[in-house]
Amino acid sequence: MNRKQRSMLTRIIIALIMTVGLLFIDVTGLLRLALYLVVYLIIGYDILKKAWLGIIHGRVFDENFLMAVATVGAFALAIYEKSGDYLEAIAVMLFYQIGEFFQSYAVGKSRRNIAALMDIRPDYANIEQDGKIVKVDPDDVEVGQIIIIQPGERVPIDGVVVSGESSLNTSALTGESLPREVGSGDEVVSGSINMSGVLKVRTTKEFGDSTVSKILELVEDSASRKSKSENFIAKFARIYTPAVCYGALALAILPPIFLILFNGASVSFATFETWVYRALVFLVISCPCALVVSIPLSFFAGIGGASREGVLVKGANILETLSKVKTVVFDKTGTLTKGVFEVNAYHGDHDQDIADRKAQLLEYAAIVESSSSHPIAKSLQQAYGHPIDRTRMSDVKEISGKGITAVVDGKKVAAGNEKLMSDLGLTPCHCKTAGTIVHLAVDGKYAGHIVLGDIVKSTSAQAIADLRKSGVTRTVMLTGDVRQVADQTAAKLGIDKVYSELLPADKVSQLERILSQSKGDAKVAFVGDGINDAPVLSRADLGIAMGAMGSDAAIEAADVVLMDDDPLKIGKAIRISRKCLKIVWENIIMALGIKGVCLVLGVFGIVNMWLAIFADVGVMILAVLNAIRAMYVRKI
Amino acid sequence: MSKTFKIEVDCANCANLVEDAARKVAGVKELSISFMTQKMKVAFEDGADQDSVMAEVLKVAKKVEPDFEIL
Repeated sequence: MNRKQRSMLTRIIIALIMTVGLLFIDVTGLLRLALYLVVYLIIGYDILKKAWLGIIHGRVFDENFLMAVATVGAFALAIYEKSGDYLEAIAVMLFYQIGEFFQSYAVGKSRRNIAALMDIRPDYANIEQDGKIVKVDPDDVEVGQIIIIQPGERVPIDGVVVSGESSLNTSALTGESLPREVGSGDEVVSGSINMSGVLKVRTTKEFGDSTVSKILELVEDSASRKSKSENFIAKFARIYTPAVCYGALALAILPPIFLILFNGASVSFATFETWVYRALVFLVISCPCALVVSIPLSFFAGIGGASREGVLVKGANILETLSKVKTVVFDKTGTLTKGVFEVNAYHGDHDQDIADRKAQLLEYAAIVESSSSHPIAKSLQQAYGHPIDRTRMSDVKEISGKGITAVVDGKKVAAGNEKLMSDLGLTPCHCKTAGTIVHLAVDGKYAGHIVLGDIVKSTSAQAIADLRKSGVTRTVMLTGDVRQVADQTAAKLGIDKVYSELLPADKVSQLERILSQSKGDAKVAFVGDGINDAPVLSRADLGIAMGAMGSDAAIEAADVVLMDDDPLKIGKAIRISRKCLKIVWENIIMALGIKGVCLVLGVFGIVNMWLAIFADVGVMILAVLNAIRAMYVRKI
Repeated sequence: MSKTFKIEVDCANCANLVEDAARKVAGVKELSISFMTQKMKVAFEDGADQDSVMAEVLKVAKKVEPDFEIL
């Protein structure tokens, strides 16, 4: 509770006690009026002041004005009727203030709860100074400095482990609860929590560029990108409130005039009395707070809940688009497949023992490619499985887009694609197995080739089925890979349509064709790994980047960022957004429905001031409680 | 050039109204208020004096919602 809330609570309690006290004191006339006025002012002076300021600044019709008019009106009626029944005016103000207090408290509390969900900001970093561990501001740590992370602490800055072994809990980042084992040489991502051992880490980024800072920035900005429904309600409130005020005015004046003109009622205040009361009831019911507060709260809760599951949504507008996704377009490599290659087959001359031949091919390939960081090179080294003695190799030449040549053990070895082979004047043997092919030539003679296959992620097929269950009607795969491989992968995963052998620019134009085919409200999402498909990500209605831990580029380009690379999260993200939007609509319909019914009943005099208060405050409370449900998405 | 300010605003509707009013201040290129995170993001026009723009923003905001504060 903040200072304002505490003072409000005090005022509410004092006013309540005084009101109850006044019920037992039998005073009449002016003294009675004065006493009730004191209570009224205690509870409502700020509303009156704001209403007055509103009028001065030419912004007349807001809820303060509504409340001021309704309660001052009730007082005026009581004075005119000489009934001494001032209770109603006070009750209206009191309940309005209790409602406002509750709203401010509930909204504030859920706001903080959701913010806490997303709060992964590390407070300090440990560095070693003169043999002692000192806590410093993570902003002050330079790139390349060694930081120490104790068990239980959060990794403050991205870096590489220098010494120590531990398991890291990355659940705040990815929603993945399985800890990740790290040791010397492994990368650690800021925001994850060190669970067991002490780690010494050499930082590779500044704090401001570290994953944790990027995520916080993204999540904090997300709330300022408003959804269409939020904008709609803001606009709606702008038209609605004055409309209701004019409506109330008309209700107070028109029926009595009608009665006087056509039914011969006398021109006196008595004729107006009932209608003025009804107009006041009408004003109280009509307050738009329930809508105005619950909609942004629902989105905020939805975004908070999603971020807890490792799904970062860049804004409420994006959550809205996500819920309308009907077509999902995938990039293949790194999205549905691991982007890690596995050696599938070897083909070579048959003049030697096959096992020997294989080993020989792989050894040469691994040694020649040992200087490259290409995924294929890494996979070859992994398949070779022995430490590589680079001293056996000299004269390494990388020929861009073709391959590598080098001298290994005195022999000239070339490893690369068909183009490299034809450059050397050799005819490579075409392969029937689907996959990426590395051809090898030794001492100017064609030696054979190695076939590599990209491994499909274990959850990909399930993810596609899952998307279909979540209401996605069409799945498409775009890939630069050869047709044979693409078709095989798509068939295995159950993808509807494949476009293969695409250059990066082709991917954009293909996506544009898909976009033009989608009709009406149905949205097209593109899922990629964010590394080289930024143009496609930004061209789609909704760009989803996955495996973004540590990749700033992906975080920049995409609308939705999946922190880990599990494709199952795509379906989950869509379900989270649907739940959130459902809650938003529930609230809109509930609030407008209850208010609409009460307004009509109010016009006919069936609803009194007490029910009017419920229609205002009660509906708001229900809407806020409902909005908070959007946060619970763990088992969705 | 854009900056984020921590703000205090009590009701969601007031935040909307303040946002509308403050967007019209000269020197403000873009402005958005998030009631949920209690933050205001302001992008300034090139060459605008940020301090005087912010003073004007606060003045306009106070007119709309007396309880509005920039922390």
